[in-house]
Amino acid sequence: MAETRDIAVRLTDVEKNYGSFQAVRDMTLDIPEGSFVTLLGPSGCGKTTTLRMIAGLESITAGEIAIKGRRVNEVPIHKRNLGVVFQNYALFPHMSIADNVAFGLKYRKLNKTDAREKVRRALQMVRLPHVEDRFPGQLSGGQQQRIALARAIVIEPDVLLLDEPLSALDANLREDMRVELKRIQRELGIATVFVTHDQGEALAMSDKVVVMSDGQMEQIGTPEDVYNRPTSRFVASFLGNSNFLGATVEDVTDGLVTLAVKPGEGGAMPIRLSIASNGRFRKGEAVQIVIRAERLCIGRAPESRGGPMNTFEGVVTNVDYQGLNARYFVEAGGQKLQVINPIDQHPAREGDRVTLHLRSEDAVILDDTGHVHH
Amino acid sequence: MTTTTQSRATPVASEAAERAAAAGGGVATRRRPGVRIPRPSGWSLIRLASILVYVFMFAPIAVVVLLSFNSSRFGTFPLEGFSFRWFEALWANDAIVSAFQTSLVLGFLTAIISTSIGIAASLAMVRYDFPGKGLINTALITPILVPEVVLGVALLLFLRWLSIPKSFLLLLMGHVLITLPFVVLVVQARLTAIKPVYEEAAKSLGANAWETFFRVTLPLLMPAVFAGMLFAFTISFDDVTATLFWKSGGTETVPTQIFAMLRNSISPEINALGTVMIVLTVSLPLIAGGLARWFARGGRG
Ligand SMILES: Nc1ncnc2c1ncn2[C@@H]1O[C@H](COP(=O)(O)OP(=O)(O)OP(=O)(O)O)[C@@H](O)[C@H]1O
Ligand SMILES: [Mg+2]
Repeated sequence: MAETRDIAVRLTDVEKNYGSFQAVRDMTLDIPEGSFVTLLGPSGCGKTTTLRMIAGLESITAGEIAIKGRRVNEVPIHKRNLGVVFQNYALFPHMSIADNVAFGLKYRKLNKTDAREKVRRALQMVRLPHVEDRFPGQLSGGQQQRIALARAIVIEPDVLLLDEPLSALDANLREDMRVELKRIQRELGIATVFVTHDQGEALAMSDKVVVMSDGQMEQIGTPEDVYNRPTSRFVASFLGNSNFLGATVEDVTDGLVTLAVKPGEGGAMPIRLSIASNGRFRKGEAVQIVIRAERLCIGRAPESRGGPMNTFEGVVTNVDYQGLNARYFVEAGGQKLQVINPIDQHPAREGDRVTLHLRSEDAVILDDTGHVHH
Repeated sequence: MTTTTQSRATPVASEAAERAAAAGGGVATRRRPGVRIPRPSGWSLIRLASILVYVFMFAPIAVVVLLSFNSSRFGTFPLEGFSFRWFEALWANDAIVSAFQTSLVLGFLTAIISTSIGIAASLAMVRYDFPGKGLINTALITPILVPEVVLGVALLLFLRWLSIPKSFLLLLMGHVLITLPFVVLVVQARLTAIKPVYEEAAKSLGANAWETFFRVTLPLLMPAVFAGMLFAFTISFDDVTATLFWKSGGTETVPTQIFAMLRNSISPEINALGTVMIVLTVSLPLIAGGLARWFARGGRG
């Protein structure tokens, strides 16, 4: 664990109950200084609740929350020095943009000129320098979002908390704001907790992703980690497109596990795969193999990373063109596999017999309960 | 109609069923041409009725206003001449001027106190959860439902029992009691529409509960606060029944003063007083409405 002073927010065994309903449990999480941490999960998994507990908008049932090494369980929200951006911006409709942004500065003992200067700089930061005299109702959604951000950062908060700040914007604007938000966060070097149920957002922006389900953390890691090395079936299926294959361990040698994939109906020849070991496996053990749809390559073999290459045959049953990529449904060894490959000059067609390649490092083995072996 | 003929043709069908079917069929067939009733006659009838209702409602008021400008002492038409003499008389009448002052002071104080309590109560009801909330909410509204006479007598008896003498303060308390439900209803409705997220945003920026209330909640609530004050003022200003029970000996409000004057004779001064009251109670909402719109636009333009 890192030094306490490098930790902006530390949650220790945090729990939230609404009556007998457990909205959040066993939350133990460090948010390092300057990092961008995303809470990602399906609707109702407790992301907002977690964020609101950090903000002090929701009391916590058990556990401890510390901000910059200070226990804040009993500290009311207005004394926590946090920047919060709400989903629908919550700009004060009766105040001008300048007054909105300056709102928090009233409580920070600044003289008028300094305050005005700070407001000006914050508006510059969000690239909306000329709207001071307007009112929130006179701005577009994207502009309101920027003002909400300016209002939150102008007070130089210890932590920035964002609850689905981009979800109310349309798709194009959302992409722009994503880049903008990340730029501002990096420039300020401020620890940020970001809540979203959009995996693209989470993977693109975060230093660390916390995947949640049912009020619990499923996995914490870099976007690369949670995407390529899911530790549970839930994470694998929530992020991207994955194939799940039931298999039996046949042999374990030199960090390589040889597996026989259970054939589906039809009595086809079972596929045999060599996968890099990510746990301790016994011969004959029933496991699940997780293979990302983009890791299976049709035709050309991917560059080897030193491990062995798995090669097997299949028949394309369906093709789904998606612009840059095509999604193929391939039947191999009695299993139906999803494959997502970039479209090259000669994409495979329905009914084609194709060769599939899979590097031994590009799959994850889970036990039959759908979790990694420990 | 086929149902009718069929059931007639079937001997087992009971007479009741037959009648029901016949009636059903009859209604269905009779209703359709009903829609085609020539519109003009129906609508002009309704129009005439509405006009009559309005005339019935407003004619007495118009008469009062007209007569207040009549130069003659006797309320007869046609008017003899135009004059402000009854208004001047009004101004010279100490009893009326003092009643007017009492009414104004009472109305303003009632409006302010009632609105303050109403805002606090509404905040508690809408923003917080506590045991007995439903009961208290009902209790706040009930004065609307209890007949004013009953309310008047009840409060009076209660104070007798406590051996507290009647006073202006008591009258004020009573008026707050009867106006509070209106304020609470108006303010609560508005507060429910203001999302708590504004208050949360203010707090996250460093404002404590008071600062949040005065800088965010209250400004957003202003139209309702105005409406509530207005209700409170006009109700207090117009009230006769309860005021008659609660006022102490020497005190008169405008309505009770009129009431007292009517017992002696019908003076044209009363017409003038009525006109003043009408102007006041009509213009006040208009001004307040304008102010509310001005506030809603953020105090601009
Ligand atoms: N005030 C409350 N009272 C009772 N249950 C609540 C309350 N607030 C939230 N919950 C429940 O707690 C769970 C977590 O809610 P939360 O708002 O944190 O979900 P979320 O992950 O933010 O979902 P979404 O993506 O839909 O915003 C949900 O099942 C929700 O119904
Ligand atoms: Mg949420």
